[in-house]
Amino acid sequence: MTVSAFLTDATLCIGCKACEVACKEWNEVPADGMTWTGLSYDNTQSLGASTWRHVMFLEQPLAAGPQLAETTDPFRWVFLSDVCKHCGKAGCLEACPTGAIMRTDVGSVLVQNDVCNGCGYCIVTCPFGVIDRRPEDGRAFKCTFCYDRQKAGLIPACAKACPTQSIQFGELEELQERARRRVRELRERGFHDARLYDPQETSVQGAHAFFVILGERENYNLTPAPEAPTAYLKSAWTSAVVCAGIAFGIICLAFAV
Amino acid sequence: MSSSPSKPAAKASEARLDEIRKAAAESMPASVGTGSRNAPQIRGRDGYYGLPVLKAPVWTWQVPLYFFFGGIAGMSACLALVGQLFGTEAALVRSALWVALIGAAICPIFLIADLGRPGRFLAMLRVAKIQSPMSVGVWILVAFSGCTFVALLAKELILEGRGSELILGLNWAGECTSALTGLILAAYTGVLIGATANPVWSHNRRALPAHFLGAALGGAAAVLELLGFLIPATQLIGIAAAAIETLLGAGFELSRLPVNAPLHRGKSALAFRIAGVMAGPGALVLRLISGTAPARRAAAICFLAGTLLSRYAWIWAGRASAMDAGALFQSQRKSS
Repeated sequence: MTVSAFLTDATLCIGCKACEVACKEWNEVPADGMTWTGLSYDNTQSLGASTWRHVMFLEQPLAAGPQLAETTDPFRWVFLSDVCKHCGKAGCLEACPTGAIMRTDVGSVLVQNDVCNGCGYCIVTCPFGVIDRRPEDGRAFKCTFCYDRQKAGLIPACAKACPTQSIQFGELEELQERARRRVRELRERGFHDARLYDPQETSVQGAHAFFVILGERENYNLTPAPEAPTAYLKSAWTSAVVCAGIAFGIICLAFAV
Repeated sequence: MSSSPSKPAAKASEARLDEIRKAAAESMPASVGTGSRNAPQIRGRDGYYGLPVLKAPVWTWQVPLYFFFGGIAGMSACLALVGQLFGTEAALVRSALWVALIGAAICPIFLIADLGRPGRFLAMLRVAKIQSPMSVGVWILVAFSGCTFVALLAKELILEGRGSELILGLNWAGECTSALTGLILAAYTGVLIGATANPVWSHNRRALPAHFLGAALGGAAAVLELLGFLIPATQLIGIAAAAIETLLGAGFELSRLPVNAPLHRGKSALAFRIAGVMAGPGALVLRLISGTAPARRAAAICFLAGTLLSRYAWIWAGRASAMDAGALFQSQRKSS
């Protein structure tokens, strides 16, 4: 099977939240509160155990960059539907001690909920703060990339419900090329701050869900240099081995004196 | 999925997804601006309204206890082996092995209690993953328990005068493997939290194994002292461990990077500093000013309490760190 991907384009998103609704309904994700935050129209705040698509509403000073649509609003509007990045090298998958988190044949990262025992280690090893434990259930949950739908030849529910093709689903390399073309096209049209968010240069080794955004990555809570924590294993274990040797040496000295 | 509290009658169909899309497209007004200049805005590179990027660790109060007792058990096995190698009294070796075995027996209770699904703890044993410190730790704990049990059983038989050559061999083999796995057990918890996406933990990933090993080393000696073994070796180990904790504590205090803010501000910092003073200079001074038995017992209690509080402080620091998007961005911009 081919490796599949999401391309989520902030410049096409209208903030309708159809993706959130479709995801919840298809995947039978429990309700997790509907809180008005006062932060624009965001009532979801972040991805979590029961929120697998999160529509962000960025209100910025007009000086931040060109406005996408004709509007008299005294601020710049941008929307983006955030989702699990399905990392090329996934911190959660590497750290999972039960093997519950696996790489599927379509290249996505999937939690097998009949295996997960809720140890919580994936939560601290995800560099994007995506996966979390559902308190009333005890196990960890995140976006499944609609693996069930993909196996049945259907596109993920969020992509299907998106009315503006802001969420595009397809083959990884083809979508990467489409994303690069889109950024070029946007820049030519005057959106000079258009960019692709896909951390290829770090230990995350690229995302299978990448984003076309306007402006700074940090403003979408997308970190500039995310690392898969496996990158830290060598230095931490080296220190552990050296220090264990020193500790044993101290004990020997103490008993020898 | 039986977990959903209000399960819909039927799974959403393709027609329903089309309906959602159409409804979304039709209901979109031309402009939905809040129209207020006073609404919160996103400026510069300050993140998304200051909301956290990362998720806070969900680990409960049992996990710091596991770090604490696992470390003491592991280093206690090392004390037993070295004590036996240098011909120390058999009672000390025996007591140290008992401490190791009791520690190994209570650790799984804490680990299992912390799970979201405790009934499924055996799922940990269906795979072994060298790239997962938690998987390595679980297997090391299993191996340590087995080796320590063999070592202690053989030791008890020898002390009863039933020590054949086989039993003697089993005792040495058990003690050597117990000490080796015990060292890893005491050190790996530093790797466990160091090799994560949590900023304050991963930034300190080289210091954490030393920090946790120092606590385990002094903790094992302190427990033996409280059991009555006020010999020079336990005093020397106590001094070395308190000195290590003093140096590391000074290092953490002096590192003023934003990523270390949870060690310098808030609840985690208060606990971390109290713990650091107790396990470091507090225990060190008590040991150096007087070598009397009461002073040594006081130093042992001071060190144990300090290192236990310190384990909690690190979990609290991890929670605070996960909430601080600004420090995360800053640390990543610096390293990229």
